[in-house]
Amino acid sequence: MAKQQRPNGVGKAADYLDQRTSIGVLVKEFARKVFPDHWSFMLGEIALFSFIVLIASGFFLTMFFEPSMALVRYEGEHPPSMEGQLMSAAFSSTVEMSFEVRGGLLMRQVHHWAALIFVFSIVVHMFRIFFTGAFRKPREVNWLVGAVMLILALAAGFTGYSLPDDVLSGNGLRIIDGVVKSIPVIGSWLSILVFGGEFPGHHIIPRLFTLHIFVIPGLLIALIALHLFLMVLQKHTQYPGGGRTDKNVVGYPALPVYVAKMTGNFFIIAGVLTLMGGTMAINNVWNYGPYDPSPVSAGTQPDWYILFVDGALRLMPGPGWEWVIGGYTLSMNLLIPALVVPGILFTLLFGWPFLEAKVTGDHKEHHVLDRPRNRPTRTGMGMAIIVAFVVCSLAATNDLIATHFSLDIFAITWTLRVLVFVGPVFAFWVTKRVCLGLQRKDRELVLHGHESGRIVRFANGEYIEVHTPLDEEERWLRVSYESPEPLEIQPLTDGRGVRRPGYRSDRRWQKLSRFFYEDRVSPVTPAEVEAAHSHGRHDEIEPGRHDEAEPKAPTGAGAVGGGPRHSD
Amino acid sequence: MSENQNENQNDLGDTSADVTVPPETGTAVGSVERFQDPGVPEHKKRLTDTDPRAAKRAERTVTLLFVLSILGTIGSIVAYVMVPPDGTTAGVRLSTLLLGLGLAVSLLGIGIAGIHWAKALMGDHEYVQERHTLATQAEDREAAVNDLNEGLADSGVVGRRGMLKGAFFGSLALFPLAIAVPLIGSVGGDWNISKFKHTMWKRGMRLAIDPSGRPIKATDVTVGSVFHVVPETTEAFRETHEWITEKSKAVVLMVRLNPEDLLTDQSPEGEDWSYEGIVAYSKICTHVGCPVALYEQQTHHLLCPCHQSTFDIADSAKVVFGPANRRLPQLPITVDSEGYLVAQHDFAEPIGPSFWERLK
Repeated sequence: MAKQQRPNGVGKAADYLDQRTSIGVLVKEFARKVFPDHWSFMLGEIALFSFIVLIASGFFLTMFFEPSMALVRYEGEHPPSMEGQLMSAAFSSTVEMSFEVRGGLLMRQVHHWAALIFVFSIVVHMFRIFFTGAFRKPREVNWLVGAVMLILALAAGFTGYSLPDDVLSGNGLRIIDGVVKSIPVIGSWLSILVFGGEFPGHHIIPRLFTLHIFVIPGLLIALIALHLFLMVLQKHTQYPGGGRTDKNVVGYPALPVYVAKMTGNFFIIAGVLTLMGGTMAINNVWNYGPYDPSPVSAGTQPDWYILFVDGALRLMPGPGWEWVIGGYTLSMNLLIPALVVPGILFTLLFGWPFLEAKVTGDHKEHHVLDRPRNRPTRTGMGMAIIVAFVVCSLAATNDLIATHFSLDIFAITWTLRVLVFVGPVFAFWVTKRVCLGLQRKDRELVLHGHESGRIVRFANGEYIEVHTPLDEEERWLRVSYESPEPLEIQPLTDGRGVRRPGYRSDRRWQKLSRFFYEDRVSPVTPAEVEAAHSHGRHDEIEPGRHDEAEPKAPTGAGAVGGGPRHSD
Repeated sequence: MSENQNENQNDLGDTSADVTVPPETGTAVGSVERFQDPGVPEHKKRLTDTDPRAAKRAERTVTLLFVLSILGTIGSIVAYVMVPPDGTTAGVRLSTLLLGLGLAVSLLGIGIAGIHWAKALMGDHEYVQERHTLATQAEDREAAVNDLNEGLADSGVVGRRGMLKGAFFGSLALFPLAIAVPLIGSVGGDWNISKFKHTMWKRGMRLAIDPSGRPIKATDVTVGSVFHVVPETTEAFRETHEWITEKSKAVVLMVRLNPEDLLTDQSPEGEDWSYEGIVAYSKICTHVGCPVALYEQQTHHLLCPCHQSTFDIADSAKVVFGPANRRLPQLPITVDSEGYLVAQHDFAEPIGPSFWERLK
């Protein structure tokens, strides 16, 4: 405010800019915009900042990497094991930048770690959004944008992993080739299209390079811009609490608090990634050697985000699952784990906001987040997906489990084959029960208060424990949620007995809605609290009790007769 | 800085139009149906708000962290100059470690300082701003629809000129073909998928050791030994891309079993594809194409390290476990006049993972 009066350098620059861009409007709009605060809102930030680290370290790498499959003899002096070996220029330049360029290995390792953290933070961020219902109206579109970015992040990871053209990445490509070839009708053609001929050919590295440093990051940048634009336009969601409603946003102003926190956060994430890159070796390609179609060794795992597909490939039993129909070969043993399983996962991912809105009959805007316990079915489904993902990922490490724990690999595989079906169902059931239990605990707390640990003996010899009531903030958190009920549908026939079209579809949706909302614990109403208190009233030891409408802090309520109490 | 702000004060300067006072903390029980929102909780003062010495201390910590960052940057540059990688793996590691630590301190110093500044010294009053319904107001919407209709009317396409519309959309839909056809046409090279069905093995071609390329005599193969085998070619050919592509299909794993251990192989009636207990099978897994490399001598099992498909070498390489569906194709072998192992002919079926036209 004082800035406008003082014609200092900054003021002059601001004036110059404003006269040409009317930037003042933007500053006025955004400088003091309020954002809610919570640690879990940082997860998306971690993804964004890892991405910036990826761009910066990736730029460094492009200065020295040669995306070519031209065969060369290794010219560098180091490491001696590579000297004179025949290899692609891609592999040779990767080794050279690690050994001859100062900071080259650091940047390679920072880049690789940043990629792992990037995908991981995206996944955790998405689960935060899923479990708290932040994908509900009006944020379905932004959820879709995010889901597309997840796919792009996986693509970025995979294309980057393949670039050094070492034995491991070459075998990764070979697996992709095998999966692509299994696609009915077009598989063979697609394989030829991808590799520019037969695997591996000499086109794949330059092609992946273009995708990796141009197409995918370009799309990601565009979508990140859209993602953030929608976030600012719709304003951030907030956790439930006193004064937080669907019509307001409570938090700290962008300037200075978020500017400082976000900038600080960026530097911390960049610092941690650099620390990882500096101290933790990753992907020492010179130990694996250049790609050769013959050698491979056990204990080779893909980066963590591909593990689940690799694990699914390992779990699927082969014999009997390759069908020949009219002379054409259909490899279900590949199609199911490599295409159907990720297909189901991504269909659920893209479709969930719409599915949930439909079974809830919900058309309202939501800006206050759910506590996961208050949506037991959704939370259970989320946990089921996590368990399925973890079991499949474990399956991709079955050889390591076998060697580290001296177990039979066939036994491990069979155990995981069973677990991949039983685990998610069990996780769903347990999680749903835990959620309902927590909801009941919330009810119990609101109705009867905290156990104070103070035992009182009555004149007639009866003992009770005094319960202290919740303060308003505690209570509001536990009662302010919505608890949807299963859909009600129009009857089959109208008043004159005419059958209604669309009844059967409605009926199916209602069944699904029951699956979601049949088991429900409704929030406590003031009337219920009133009833609970009057029930406890005969236990009073002193007649002069305070009105419940005037709650006290837990310490104050410790005094005898200081609030509603309940005998167990 | 926060001393001059009152508790729960919601003055946001320029954006005050957006600001509302939080709902009053009213009575706890609103109606019988719903509780009443208790409103934004009271602001709690931090130590730095009440104790000037704590604030001063926080300021010093923040300054110190920024200084630490500068030292990290300097350290990183010193490491760059003083500790060049000497070429050994250990030297590269040391250089990487020092450069990394310097940069990490430089970045973390700024980061932690920024966060500490924000948390300890910047205002921590929560503000409330209103949200507006995202849908446009009715009159704006109407105006927008009107504008669109007017624009459409101005273009002169509404309700007439079917030919024009057809040609317009047709041309737009078709023009990408002029780019896509040459691109897709060329991107697949010769588009010859029949290559998937053949390898370079031919009648009389010698089996050679991978990677040296030395041909193998049957007498060199002792019982129980395993050979990674490629077709014998010239040294010059082995330095080309064609070789890598051919090798991707032609690699073979050769094992000599006791003839009595060899239960069956894949030879059809009247032919013998193995030679005195020596059998050669494609090394490319019939699952997704990894090289099947782990041979267990005791059980004659061959394990693919990628997905653990397991094949029984003594029993025509049939699948005994794992995700593969088909046995590994067998390379028919014999010996030539000089005693070298040679192929009788190419594999009888396509090697590697399945594809749609595999049996056509």
